[in-house]
Amino acid sequence: MDHQAVEHDVLVIGAGGAGLRAAIEAAAAGASVGLVCKSLLGKAHTVMAEGGVAAALANVDDRDDWRVHFADTMRGGQYVNNWRMAELHAREAPARVRELEAWGALFDRTPDGRILQRNFGGHRYPRLAHVGDRTGLEMIRTLQDHGVHQGMDVHMECTILTLLTDGGRVAGAFGYDRERGRFRLFRARAVVLATGGIGRAYRITSNSWEYTGDGHALAYDAGAELQDMEFVQFHPTGMVWPPSVRGILVTEGVRGEGGVLRNSEGRRFMFDDIPENYRAQTAASEEEGWRYTQGDRDARRPPELLTRDHVARCILREVREGRGSPHGGVYLDIAWIRERLPGAAEHIRRKLPSMYHQFKELAGIDITTTPMEVGPTTHYIMGGIRVDGDSQMSTLPGLFAAGECAAGLHGANRLGGNSLSDLLVFGKRAGEHAAAWAGAHPPAPIGPDQVEAAARRALEPFDRAGSGDAESPYRLQQELQGMMQDEVGIVRTEGQMRRALEGLAALRRRAARVAVEGHREYNPGWHAALDLANLFTVSEAVARSALEREESRGGHFRDDRPEKTAEGATFNVVVRRGADGGMEVIRRPVAPMPQELQEVIDANA
Amino acid sequence: MTTRPFRIFRGASGAGALREYATEVSEGMVVLDAVHQIQAESAGDLAVRWNCKAGKCGSCSAEVNGVPRLLCMTRLEDLPADRPVTIEPMRAFPHVRDLVTDVSWNYEVKRQITPFTPRPPDAPDGTWRMQQSDVDRVQEFRKCIECFLCQDTCHVLRDHRLHEAFVGPRFLVHAAALEMHPLDVADRTADLRKAHGIGYCNITKCCTTVCPEGIRITDNAIIPLKERVVDALWDPVAGLARLVRRRT
Ligand SMILES: Cc1cc2nc3c(=O)[nH]c(=O)nc-3n(C[C@H](O)[C@H](O)[C@H](O)COP(=O)(O)OP(=O)(O)OC[C@H]3O[C@@H](n4cnc5c(N)ncnc54)[C@H](O)[C@@H]3O)c2cc1C
Ligand code: SF4
Ligand code: SF4
Ligand code: FES
Repeated sequence: MDHQAVEHDVLVIGAGGAGLRAAIEAAAAGASVGLVCKSLLGKAHTVMAEGGVAAALANVDDRDDWRVHFADTMRGGQYVNNWRMAELHAREAPARVRELEAWGALFDRTPDGRILQRNFGGHRYPRLAHVGDRTGLEMIRTLQDHGVHQGMDVHMECTILTLLTDGGRVAGAFGYDRERGRFRLFRARAVVLATGGIGRAYRITSNSWEYTGDGHALAYDAGAELQDMEFVQFHPTGMVWPPSVRGILVTEGVRGEGGVLRNSEGRRFMFDDIPENYRAQTAASEEEGWRYTQGDRDARRPPELLTRDHVARCILREVREGRGSPHGGVYLDIAWIRERLPGAAEHIRRKLPSMYHQFKELAGIDITTTPMEVGPTTHYIMGGIRVDGDSQMSTLPGLFAAGECAAGLHGANRLGGNSLSDLLVFGKRAGEHAAAWAGAHPPAPIGPDQVEAAARRALEPFDRAGSGDAESPYRLQQELQGMMQDEVGIVRTEGQMRRALEGLAALRRRAARVAVEGHREYNPGWHAALDLANLFTVSEAVARSALEREESRGGHFRDDRPEKTAEGATFNVVVRRGADGGMEVIRRPVAPMPQELQEVIDANA
Repeated sequence: MTTRPFRIFRGASGAGALREYATEVSEGMVVLDAVHQIQAESAGDLAVRWNCKAGKCGSCSAEVNGVPRLLCMTRLEDLPADRPVTIEPMRAFPHVRDLVTDVSWNYEVKRQITPFTPRPPDAPDGTWRMQQSDVDRVQEFRKCIECFLCQDTCHVLRDHRLHEAFVGPRFLVHAAALEMHPLDVADRTADLRKAHGIGYCNITKCCTTVCPEGIRITDNAIIPLKERVVDALWDPVAGLARLVRRRT
C-alpha cells in the first residue's frame, strides 16, 4: 500500500517532556533523530502540568537532599518501586532542573535570587520548582524551543499505529499523518516510546484525547512486558461542576498554599483518618497545618497533603456517607486564608493564576471568595512498560521507554511533582542509551508483510461503512469509559473486575464491526476507531493486574481486601502477550535493595 | 435541556460552506463540547483540533461568531441565544478541513528567531541569580500558549497576507521574552527591524484584545521592542508613540 518512508537512527515517539528530552540527548550524541507526535509540537500533556517539578535543590530548606527525596518517593510508592530508578531520579533531578534554566526557563525565585520551591503532598521539604501554576508550559516550551535548534526532524500530527520488529528486536514504526491520512513508515535502529498515559480509558479524567495508552499497547503488541498496571492514580481534586468540565484538574498547589478540604458539615475530615506510617509527619492541629503552608520549618504538613490515593479515598467516603457537596464532591476552600493573610485575594491570584482563571471562566466562581467543589479524577498511571533502571530499555531489544508510559519509579503511587522530574531524568537517559544502541547496531530489515498487514487493518473501518450492523467508534469509547469508571475505579472488588473483563470481551466483539464514514483527511471518527484497540489492551491490563494483586496498596484499593500484605511488597505484577495471543499475568520479584539504600530509608523514616 | 442551532464551516482546502446543526445543550457547556456532541451524533468526520479542553494548550483556536477564540473556553451561555452559533476556521492560515487550519508557518517563523543565549553562570555551581522582580515581566510573555489567535486577528497577516515579511504578534512576544530575559545576551534588533518586519505593526492592539492569556502584547512587548529598534524616520508610529509618552 502507498506510503512515505523515512529513516532515522533514533525514532522518538511522543513529544512531551520525556520525548523532547530524549530527542535532545540523542541528537547531542550525534544520532539522526526523528520525533513523532499525535498533536502539534508543544501541545502534549506536559503542557498541562501545574504544580511543579520535584528536585532536591535545597534552595528553600537546606535540610533537603537526594536521600530524603529518595526515601519520600519509596514511601509514597509503598516500596514496590524500582529502587534503582528512584535513586537515579533523586540524584539527577537537580541537575536536570538547572539545565532547564540554562536553556531559558524562568522559574519563580527565592528572595536571594535562586529557584523557588513549594510544598507538595508526600514531599518532606518544599521541593517543587515551579512557575506559578503553569510549570508544565514553561517546561515544554523550554524543551521545544531548545530542541528545534538541535537538529531533529519533527513529524507533527502523525500517529504511530504499530511497531515493526525483526527477529526479536525493534526495526521501526508505522503510522499515518492526520492531515492527509497518508501512511508513513519509519525505519530506525532504536525507538524510544514517550507516549504518556491511559486516562481516556475512564469517564472522569484530567487527561486529553491523546491519552489512549498507545505506547503501552504498541510495546505490548510488539512483545514487551508491562508492569504495575493495577496502579492508576486518581487525583483527589478535579472539578465536578458544571458537568462539561467534570474531571479537569485542580492542582494540589491549592492545598500547598493553604487550601483545606471540608465536607457539607464544614468539618475538615482529613484529620479523621491519618495513616499510621504518616502520623509522625502530619500536623496535629489546624493551626500547625497552616503554619506549615506558610513556611514554618518546625511545623508538620496538614493532612490535606497526604498522598493522593489516601485523600481521594477519604473524599469518596465523605460523598458516599452523605456528607458531600450538592454536585457529588467536597469543598476545597482557599478563600478562608483571608482570615489569616492581609491581601489574600491578590496573593491567591498571583500564586494560582490559572486556577483562578479556570474557575472564573468555566464555573463562574471566584475562588478568592468562594470554596470550590472538587472530587477525584483519573490522572496518571504508575504502571507501564517494564524497563531497565539505568538505560530505560524495555524487554524488547532496541525499544526504550520514558516518562508516564514507563513503569518503575513511582511504585504503587506517584508523588506530585515526581512526574516532571521523571521526564527529564529518564528522558535524558533513554535518549543517551538509545543513541548508543543505534551506534552499535545496524538497521534491521522490515518485511513488507508487516507493513501491508498494518495498513490493511487501519483501513478496515472504511470498508464496513454503510453495513447494517455498524458500530460507532465514539459510542464504544464512551461505553468502555463508563465501564472502567464503574468497575475498575478508585475502589475495586474481584466481582467487579471479572465483570469488567467480560464487558471488555463483549466490547471487543462489537469493535470488530466499527465503521467510519467519509475520507481519510483529518477524520476524527477514523482516529477514534483506531485508538479503540489500544484502549482495550490497557483496560484489560489494568483489570487483570488488579485481579492478581490480592491486597490494597497505593493507587490500588480493593474493598474485598482492604489491608496491605507483607507478601504484596515482594512482587510486581507483569503482563505480556502469551503464545496463544491472550494476556499472560506473571509475578516478578522486587529486586533486593542494596544495604546503603535501605539505610537511607531507615534514616529518613 | 434546550436545543440550540449551530452553523459550522464544512469543507476542505478553503472550499466549503456553513452547515446547519442542532444539539442539546446543558449548563456550563463550552463550544467545544457542542462540537464534540455534534461529531458523535451526526457528523462523525467533522474535523476539529483540540487537546486539553482546559485552555492550556492552545490547540482549539477558531472563530466563533466571527471572533477568534478558544473553543474550549467559550461558554455557550455567553453567546447570544437568539441566533445560531457560527463556528469557522481561522482565516490567517491555509485551510485544511472543516475547523482545522495548517499552522505550520508559525513553527517555521519561530525557528528563524535567534534562540536564547545566556551570559556565563553567576555562581561556581553553574547557576544564576535573578530577582522575582526581574523575571515578572518576561513571565508574562512566557504565559503564551501558542494558540495563534493574535496572528489570526492581526490585519497585517489576516487581510494583507504579509506572512513573508512580518512574523506577527506572537513572535514579537517571543522576541520580547528573549530580549528582556535577564540572562540573554543576544541582540535581535537588526532582525526585528528587517527580517521580522516589526515596522508593519501599527499598534492597533487587536492582538491584545483576543489573547486568551491576557498578555498585553502591544503595550508590554511590541512598543518596548519598537523603542529598541527605533529610528523615527524608519518607523514613524513608534516615534510618535515615544513622543506622546514623553509628554505625559
Ligand atoms: C492537568 C495535569 C496536571 C499535572 N500536573 C503535574 C505537576 O504539577 N507535576 C508533575 O510532576 N506532573 C504533573 N502531571 C503529570 C504529568 O504532566 C504527566 O505525567 C507528564 O507530563 C507526561 O509526560 P510524557 O512526556 O510522558 O508524555 P506527554 O507529555 O503526555 O506526551 C505524550 C506524547 O506522545 C504523543 N503520542 C501519544 N501516542 C502517540 C502515537 N500513537 N503516535 C505518535 N505520538 C503519540 C503525544 O502526541 C504527545 O506528544 C499533571 C498531569 C495533568 C493531566
Ligand atoms: S498591534 Fe500590531 S501586531 Fe497587534 S494586531 Fe495590531 S498591527 Fe497586528
Ligand atoms: S500571545 Fe496570546 S493570542 Fe498570541 S499566541 Fe500567545 S496566547 Fe495566543
Ligand atoms: S483544547 Fe487546549 S486550549 Fe482548548
